[in-house]
Amino acid sequence: MNTLPMNSPAPARPVPTAFAAALGRVKRRLPRTVLLVAAICLVIALILTAIDGRGFAVKLIYSLSVGAACNTIVFAAMLLSGWSTDLLYRTRGLPLPDQRNAGWLGVLPGALGAALFGPPLGLSLADWITGFTSPSMLNLNSTSTRLTLLFSVLATLVTIFVLQAQERLAQARAQAEAAQRQAAENQLRLLQSQLEPHMLFNTLANLRVLIGMDPARAQAMLDRLIAFLRATLSASRTPQHPLATEFERVADYLALMDIRMGPRLQSRLELPAELGQLAVPSLLLQPLVENAIKHGLEPKVQGGRVEVSARRDADMLVLSVRDTGIGLAAAAAAADHGGSHFGLAQARERLATLFGGRAMLSLAEASDSEGGVLVTLRLPIEPTSPTTAA
Amino acid sequence: MNAPRCLIAEDEPLLAAGLQADLAALWPELVVAAQVGDGASAVAQALALQPEICFLDIRMPGLTGLEAAQELAEDWPEGTPFPLLVFVTAYDQYALAAFDAQAVDYLVKPVDRARLQACVSRLQTRLQTRLQTRLADRSAPPAGTAPKSDDTLAQTMNQLRALLSAAAPTAAQPPPLLDVVQAQVGNLVHLVPVAEVIYFEAADKYVRVITAEREHLIRMSLRELLPQLDPQRFWQIHRGTVVQARCITTARREESGKVTLALARRSEKLTASRLYAHLFKGM
Repeated sequence: MNTLPMNSPAPARPVPTAFAAALGRVKRRLPRTVLLVAAICLVIALILTAIDGRGFAVKLIYSLSVGAACNTIVFAAMLLSGWSTDLLYRTRGLPLPDQRNAGWLGVLPGALGAALFGPPLGLSLADWITGFTSPSMLNLNSTSTRLTLLFSVLATLVTIFVLQAQERLAQARAQAEAAQRQAAENQLRLLQSQLEPHMLFNTLANLRVLIGMDPARAQAMLDRLIAFLRATLSASRTPQHPLATEFERVADYLALMDIRMGPRLQSRLELPAELGQLAVPSLLLQPLVENAIKHGLEPKVQGGRVEVSARRDADMLVLSVRDTGIGLAAAAAAADHGGSHFGLAQARERLATLFGGRAMLSLAEASDSEGGVLVTLRLPIEPTSPTTAA
Repeated sequence: MNAPRCLIAEDEPLLAAGLQADLAALWPELVVAAQVGDGASAVAQALALQPEICFLDIRMPGLTGLEAAQELAEDWPEGTPFPLLVFVTAYDQYALAAFDAQAVDYLVKPVDRARLQACVSRLQTRLQTRLQTRLADRSAPPAGTAPKSDDTLAQTMNQLRALLSAAAPTAAQPPPLLDVVQAQVGNLVHLVPVAEVIYFEAADKYVRVITAEREHLIRMSLRELLPQLDPQRFWQIHRGTVVQARCITTARREESGKVTLALARRSEKLTASRLYAHLFKGM
């Protein structure tokens, strides 16, 4: 299982017009089509020559002409269908559908058209080149007519099929690569948000002072920092851990912040013992506590309190992070650097990936007189919830 | 010469104590006149005590170090040398780039001894030159020319101006320009076209919106409002005032370096602070 959100949308590209999409497809396919058609027609000419044992060159010309005509019709049909789609949507004022992934349906009219009109067109062309007169296409009793029809339809279908399959494959590969890139990017963003340089360097600055003033406390602080860093770095490898462990990580973080902020920060952690072994996504709470301090308490001159608590509500686990900071509106006004709510977005994405619609995250101004923000998480308690694996 | 005095503004108590201890070791004569934990106190204490040096943490509750420096520059009394500013920050690549570009002194946390020593030496040199120019001014009485100390103030103003514009919020997508201000009174909302606003004035957590006939109060900070105004038409003239340029009739430069503005259709005068006085020049 992957803890990282995989469902974030790819960066939006403008939807091209259907005609532009079709033109692109034609341009992409043209070189390979020419080669493929030439090869197939060569084979057809050889087979036909083998059947009646005469005139290979003439047969090749006929075969190539029919092949060329069929595929020209296929391409023309693609462009025509693109153009008419655009026209249809534009006249109705509808937003254009994404034509980049048009499937078999997109080429069906072309294939039909090619099968019907390709052979007569191709034969006329060959007649004109060679000066012969081939039997009328209306004469379906003629063996050579039937063969020509059969082979040209087959050849067209094979060409379309091969190219379509190739494109599908390339598309799937590109999609897999994009997903992989996205996952790596998410992991990097998670790490970056956890190892925020400002937090890290300020903590180190405090540690540096503490070493001279109070070595024992410095050592304790270093232990907390080590536990915090270890948890952060392993979070991407351990998707879940017991709630008690999550609370310990929050306690580490709060202990670091307590040294930094001194009397400006008070904290309270409340974890009923019977909930301690429930599995939760690792480092789900810690970024929320970090948000509460960074956007709620740090900007507040007199500081305040952060409370983290867990309780059970029927078959849901309810976690809450509450601060008595400056509140949502003031925090939004003060946030002048982008991505201030990354922690929240990240938590939401993770919940959506892990629990679908069954988990919930809400963010609201605290309702009592102390003010601040209350973040509430509701997670389903799985009946087979794995307990600690330690 | 009196012992130089400094102010330390740092919200993390241990870091403040650490800086104080390191300074005591490197510069024993330096007196820490005040140590404060937030931006507003930093401004108040600096104005009251008038130290020669201010160490300002960038991220502080209330006002940031930069905002504190701006208030200080705007409210600094005439005739006393402006403090030498040293900004302190843990990590802020934008701020560091801006500091470098403006040759403003700054320290990066954790502050190592060698870096602090270099900073101390630079401050000592600058205090020394300041003292000498003042002595020179005194021996050769100014013939209608401003004393030299004003040059350093002017230089500091230029630096602060550049820093403030560099630190201005750079949202990925600037908010759309405001066309109508909506001011609520009880359950009635007044709609005021932005074009009719003569000036906006910060009032605590609110902004006063002043038109020719009346004034309204909106529940947002000037800082939030500012990016939504067209900077060509609305000029910031003070940390708390933004005025519509076409409503200004005259600008009079005062002795203090401030500029007094007269307005069309309003009788009161506005004051542009030293930081924004450069906006008003003849063409």
